Amino acid sequence: MFVINCPHCNELREEEEFHYEGEAFIARPAEPETQTDAEWGDYLFMKKNPKGWHWEMWGHSAGCRKLFVVKRNTANHAIDGAWTLTEARAAYDAEMAKI
Amino acid sequence: MNKDYSIWKLLSQGFKQHQGWTPAWRNPEIKSSYDVVIIGAGGHGLATAYYLAREHGIKNIAVLEKGYLGGGNTARNTTIVRSNYLWDEAAMLYEHSLKLWEGLTEEINFNVMFSQRGVFNLGHTLQDMRDIERRVNANNLNGIDALALNAQEVKDRIPMINISKNTRFPIMGASFQPRAGVARHDAVAWGFARAASNYGVDIIENCEVQGMDIENATIKGLQTSLGYIRTSKVGCVTAGHSSVMAKAAGIRMPIESHPLQAFVSESLKPILDTVVMSNAVHGYVSQSDKGELVIGAGIDHYTSYAQRGSPHIIEHTAAAIIELFPMFSRVRMNRQWGGIVDTTPDACPIISKTKVKGLYFNCGWGTGGFKATPGSGNVFAHTIAHDEPHPLNAAFSLDRFHSGHLIDEHGAAGVAH
Repeated sequence: MFVINCPHCNELREEEEFHYEGEAFIARPAEPETQTDAEWGDYLFMKKNPKGWHWEMWGHSAGCRKLFVVKRNTANHAIDGAWTLTEARAAYDAEMAKI
Repeated sequence: MNKDYSIWKLLSQGFKQHQGWTPAWRNPEIKSSYDVVIIGAGGHGLATAYYLAREHGIKNIAVLEKGYLGGGNTARNTTIVRSNYLWDEAAMLYEHSLKLWEGLTEEINFNVMFSQRGVFNLGHTLQDMRDIERRVNANNLNGIDALALNAQEVKDRIPMINISKNTRFPIMGASFQPRAGVARHDAVAWGFARAASNYGVDIIENCEVQGMDIENATIKGLQTSLGYIRTSKVGCVTAGHSSVMAKAAGIRMPIESHPLQAFVSESLKPILDTVVMSNAVHGYVSQSDKGELVIGAGIDHYTSYAQRGSPHIIEHTAAAIIELFPMFSRVRMNRQWGGIVDTTPDACPIISKTKVKGLYFNCGWGTGGFKATPGSGNVFAHTIAHDEPHPLNAAFSLDRFHSGHLIDEHGAAGVAH
C-alpha cells in the first residue's frame, strides 16, 4: 500500500483511490499507414518494464478522475514525484537529456 | 549421491536412524564454458535442463541461479495444475504438460505429490456460464476432460459451498476438470534438480548474470558474479525478471511484471478435497496436505519487482473466499507473500528464439506458470537443442506481437490460477 499525491487535487490519498494506467509517454506514431508491422507491434505491445525508476500514468479514479504521471521505483515502491501530464513531460525530457 | 529412492532404501535408512542420506544434487564448481547455460533455477529452468540432458543428449549444461534453487515463483505459487484452456494452441501446450505431470513422480523418482483432485472454475453471471459452456465444449473437442455443472451439481460435490442467491455474486455453476489438481511445488524443483544433476547438469546457486556478451547478433558468453562463462546457447527462464535479462541482450519484451499475492491459513482437518477458483470474484482456494487453506489473490495492477503487494488485494480476496465458504470466516491466516509474475498482453507465454542467435527466452507465464512446469521445460529444451521450436510452442513465438497472431487466453487464464 502506498499513498500518492494527486497533482490535480493536490492531496495525499491512499492507493485504493487510484488506478494504474501503465507506462507513460508511449507516443502513437503520427502516420500509422507508414509503419511496418514490427514498428506497430512495438508501439502496441513492447514495454520498458524497468527494475528501478519508472515513469508511469495513474488515474485518480475515485477522486477527480484525471490522469497524471508518477515517477515510482518498481524495486521498492518509493515515489519521487507526481505531475500533471504537461509538467511531467518537461520533467521527463529534462531527465532523459541528462542520460 | 542417492541415485534411486525406494521403499527398500527408506527401510534400510530407518535402521540407521536416517543418518546415511546424502544431498539430492551435487554442488559443483562453476566451469569456464558450457554447451548450454540456463538462467534461472526455478521449476521451468530445471525442467529445461533435465529434458535437454535426457531427451537431447546434451550433458555439458549449467543452470545459474542468482538466489537459491526454487526460491522464486516456484516457491510462491498456489500449486494448481489444469489444462482447460480455450484456444487450441494453449490447450495443447497445457495438456502436454498435464500428461507429463501424470507420470512425473515415476519418471524423476521423486514424489511430487501430484494429486488429481479436480478443479472447479465458478461462474457467477450468465456471461460466465456462456463462456464456461464454450470452453468446456472446446476442451472436449481437444480431448481434454471438462464438464459444465449447474449450481446444485457444484453443491453436490462441495457440500459446504454457499450457492445461496443472497450473496453479491451468486454461484450459477462451474466448469470442472476432473484430471486437474495440485502438486507439491518445492518437490517439483527439487525433483528436477536431482534428476538433472544425476545426468551431469551443474546447478550453480548464488550466481547472478550481470551481462551478455553478444557479437554479430550471436551469443558468445555471459558475465556473471562468479566470472565469465563461454557458451553458444543460453536459455533465459527468469519469470518476473525477464525484461531485465532481455534489456541486457538489447531485446524488447511485451512483458509487465506485477506482484501476485497468496496466503495460507493455520492447519485444519481435511475439509476441502478439491480446488475452487473464481475469476469473477478474484480468488481461488485449495487445502494442502498439511491442512492449510492455500488462497491466491489477483495481481496488483501496478508493475513491481518488490515481491510484495498491497493489503487491500488480500482483503478483497479474503472477502470473496468467505462469501463462497462462509464457514472459513473464523479461520486464522498464518502467512502471506508475493511473487513477481511476468504478464503478456494475451495471457500466454513466450517460448521463443530471439533475434540474437543462440539466445532463447521462456517467459511470460504470468499468473499460471506452475501448471506448465514439465511441459514448458520439455518444449523449451527441444527449442534450444534444435534451434527450432517444438510444434507445440511454435505459436508462442515473440514474433506474434508483430504478426498479430495473439492467443487470447484472458478468459481461461485471466486472474485465476
